Amino acid sequence: MDGVVLKAGGWLGLALLALVMAALAVDAPFAVHMGIVAVACLAVLWATVSRADFDGIARGILKMPADEGVYDDDPIRWGVIATIFWGAAGLIAGLYIALQLAYPALNLGFEYTTFGRLRPLHTSGVVFAFGGNALIATSFYVVQRTCRARLAFPGAARFVFWGYQLFLVLAATGYLMGVTEAREYAEPEWYVDLWLTIVWVVYFVVFVGTIVKRREPHIYVANWFYLSFIITIAMLHIVNNLSVPATIFGSKSYSAFAGVQDALTQWWYGHNAVAFFLTVPFLAMMYYFVPKQAERPIYSYRLSIIHFWSLIFLYIWAGPHHLHYTALPDWAQTLGMVFSVVLWMPSWGGMINGLMTLNGAWDKIRTDPIIRMMVIALAFYGMATFEGPMLSIKAVNSLSHYTEWTIAHVHAGALGWNGMITFAAVYYLVPRLWGRPRLYSLRMVNWHFWLATLGIVFYAASMWVAGIMQGLMWREYGADGYLVYSFAETVAAMHPMYLIRAAGGAMYLAGFVLLIVNVWATIAGKVREEKPMTETPYNAAADRPLAPVPAE
Amino acid sequence: MAEDKRIDEVTGTATSGHEWDGIEELDTPMPRWWLWSLYATIIWGIVYVILYPAWPMIRSATEGTLGWSSRGQLEKELAAEAQRRAPIVNAIAATPIAELPARPQLMQAAIQGGGAAFRVHCVQCHGAGGAGVKKLYPNLTDDDWLWGGDLAAIHYTITNGIRNPDVKTTRISQMPAFGRDGILDARQIDDLVSHVRVISRQEKPSASSARGAALFSANCAVCHGAGGEGGRSVGAPKLTDAIWLYGGDRASLTATINQPRNGVMPHWGERLDPVTIKMLAAYVYSLGGGEKAPAPAAVAAAAPEGQGADGQP
Repeated sequence: MDGVVLKAGGWLGLALLALVMAALAVDAPFAVHMGIVAVACLAVLWATVSRADFDGIARGILKMPADEGVYDDDPIRWGVIATIFWGAAGLIAGLYIALQLAYPALNLGFEYTTFGRLRPLHTSGVVFAFGGNALIATSFYVVQRTCRARLAFPGAARFVFWGYQLFLVLAATGYLMGVTEAREYAEPEWYVDLWLTIVWVVYFVVFVGTIVKRREPHIYVANWFYLSFIITIAMLHIVNNLSVPATIFGSKSYSAFAGVQDALTQWWYGHNAVAFFLTVPFLAMMYYFVPKQAERPIYSYRLSIIHFWSLIFLYIWAGPHHLHYTALPDWAQTLGMVFSVVLWMPSWGGMINGLMTLNGAWDKIRTDPIIRMMVIALAFYGMATFEGPMLSIKAVNSLSHYTEWTIAHVHAGALGWNGMITFAAVYYLVPRLWGRPRLYSLRMVNWHFWLATLGIVFYAASMWVAGIMQGLMWREYGADGYLVYSFAETVAAMHPMYLIRAAGGAMYLAGFVLLIVNVWATIAGKVREEKPMTETPYNAAADRPLAPVPAE
Repeated sequence: MAEDKRIDEVTGTATSGHEWDGIEELDTPMPRWWLWSLYATIIWGIVYVILYPAWPMIRSATEGTLGWSSRGQLEKELAAEAQRRAPIVNAIAATPIAELPARPQLMQAAIQGGGAAFRVHCVQCHGAGGAGVKKLYPNLTDDDWLWGGDLAAIHYTITNGIRNPDVKTTRISQMPAFGRDGILDARQIDDLVSHVRVISRQEKPSASSARGAALFSANCAVCHGAGGEGGRSVGAPKLTDAIWLYGGDRASLTATINQPRNGVMPHWGERLDPVTIKMLAAYVYSLGGGEKAPAPAAVAAAAPEGQGADGQP
C-alpha cells in the first residue's frame, strides 16, 4: 500500500511541478507543453491507482513475478498500433505539403498550416514516429526471440513506449506552434531533447538487460545492429542538441556551436540519422524477418560480420558530404566524400545478405507478397546506397545539391527501403502478436505492394527529372556568359513534376490505407475467403504412366 | 546450444552451426566481386587523399599533391570567364551610357548581361519579366515612368536608389500623409478623390469633384502638376492615365492620400560594379518603355511641366 501511495504522490508532485512551470512560462507554447506534461503525469497517476491490486495488498500478497515462460509482447502490440497511427499522420502530412509545393494557396494564410511548420511534422512523423515506433517494437520482439529470454525490466519497457509517445506529442505540437531549434531532423527544443535522452537511456538499459539474460550462447546479428543504433543515436542526439536555454521557463535555446562548426555538427548528426536510424536498425529488421519469412538460413555469416563493422566504422564520417562547396574546409569535404564512396560496398553487403537469403526460396517472390515487399525493400536499399555515394562525389554534388534530386534520393530510400521493410514486418507480426491463424487478406497485401511500388516509381522518377532539370537550369549560361534563368523560372518549370510527385505520394498513401484495413480486420479476428496467391497447375491428362508403344 | 554444423541441402553450403529462433547462417564465403570492389574503393580512397587536401594537422591540413582547393578552382574559373568577357566588358565600360544605343553590338551585349543581373537582383520585386507586382512594385515594361525613362535617368535611379536616407544623391521626395497628419479632413479627401477620378476619366464631374479641384490646386498641383500630368523631378506620378501603381479605385485612392507609401528602392551603386549597372540600365531601357534622351534644354529646365513627363500613381 505504501508503495502505491508513494508512486501516486510522486506523479501528483510531478504534475503540480509541470503546472507551476506552465504558470511561470514566458511563452505560450511552453505553457501548452507543460500543460501536456501535467496531463500525462495525471494519466499515469490514474493508471497507478486504478490498476493497483488493493485486495492483494490488503491480504499481504506480494506481486506475482512475471511468467518467464512467455515473451512480454504487450509493449510490442502497442508499438505496432502506434507505428500505424503515426505512419498515417506522417504520410498525410507529406502528401499535404507536396500539394502545397504545387499549390501555395494550400498554406491557407494561417501560421499553423504553413509549409515551414508542416514539413518537420512530416519528416519527424515518418522518421521518428513511424520508423521509431517500428524500431522499438521490432527490437523488443527480435531481442526476446533471438535471446530466448523475456524482456528485462518490464516496467522500464512500458516507460520507453509511453515516454517515446510523449516525446512525439511534444515534438509534433511544438512544430505546429513554431517551437524549433531550426536543426533539420533535430527540431525539438531543449526540454523535449532532455526528455528523449532519459527515454533513450532507459531503452538502452532494457535492450542490454535482455541481451545479458539471454539463453543463447551467441548474440544474433540483428541485435548487433539494434545495439549500434541505440548507442549511436544517443551519442548523436546529445552532441547535436548541446544548447543553452534562454530561460528554463521558455521554449527557446541557443546552440553550443557557431558558424561552420554548428553546420558540421548538424550534418554529422543529420547524415547519421540516415545511417543509424534509417539504415542500421532497419537492417536488423531485415536480418530477422527475411530469414523467418523465407524460412531460409542467412546467406553468409562472414559477410554479416565484415559488412556490419565496416558499415558502422565508415558511416559516422560521411556527414561532411552535405556541406560540399561551403565554408567547410576542403580537407573535411574530402574526408566526407572518400568515406561515403568507400561505404558503397559495406552498404551493399546488407543487400546481398538479404537477397541471397532467398537462395532456395526464390519461388516465394511469386507466391508470397510479404516476401515480395522485402525483396523490393532490399532492391530500393541497394539503389539508394549506390546513389548516395554517387551524390557525395563533388562533381555530381555540384549539380545535385539543393535540388529535388536529393528529395528523390531520400524518398527512394525512405518509401522503398524503410517503408516496405516495415510494412513487411507489420504483416509478419500482426497475426503472431494477436494469435490469429493468418492475415485477414494476402491479396490486399499484394494490392498494397503494387500501389506502393508504383507510387515510389512516380515519386522518384518525377523528382529525379525535376532535380536534374533544376540543377541544369540554375547553371545554364548563355552564349554571352550570363545566367539564362531566374530562380522563379526554375520553380515554375517544376510544377508538373510536383503534380506527378503528389500523385505518387497519394498512391503510396492509398496502399497504406489498405494496410490499416487489413491489420484492423486481422486484429478483429476476421479472415477473408479468397483465392490463394498461387495455384500449382495440374494436368490430369498427363498424370498417367507412358504406355509402351509397340514397334512398327 | 552446441555447435551444430550441417550442410544445407539446397545450396550445399555448410552452416555456421549457430541457430536463433530457428534462424541459421550459412558459412558462404564473401562474394569475390564484392570484396574486390571494397578493396578497389579503399585503394581509390587512399590515392584520393594523397592527391587532394585531406589530413588535418596541428595548424592546417595537408594540401594534397595536386595543389587543388575549392577556392582556387572558383578563382580560376572566374578568371577564365572574366578574360573571355573582357573585350566586351571593357568596351561597355569605355562607352558613355547615352552612346550605347548607337552601337548595336555593344547595346545587345549590355542587354544580355543586364538581363542576367536583373534575374538575380531585381526580380524579387519587379518580377521575372519586369512587369512588377500589382499594388506593390512598378511595372518596368510600359512607357510610364516615375523618375524618367531615358538611359541616363534609369542609370541614375539604379545607381542611387529611391528614398535611401543614407545616400545623398538618392532620388527623394515625400508625399504628405494628408489624412493621417490632419492636413485634410475625410470629406475633403473624398472630394479630392472625386477630382482625381474625374481627371483620369473614371467619373463624371460632380459638385464633389468641383470642390476637389480647388483642393487639388492648393495641395497637389505643386508636385503632380496643375492638370495632374505628374512631375518626374520629384517622382510624382501622372494622374490622368489608366496606370495606377497602388490602385485607382476610390478606396485605394483614399488610402493613398490618407497615408502614402513613398516606395523605396535600394541603391546599387555600392553593391554592383559600374559595368553591371550600365548593363542593367540598358536591359530595363529595352523592356519596352525606353525613352530617347531629352534635349539638353529640357534637362536644364528639369521642371514638372516636361513633355511626356508621365508617372505611375
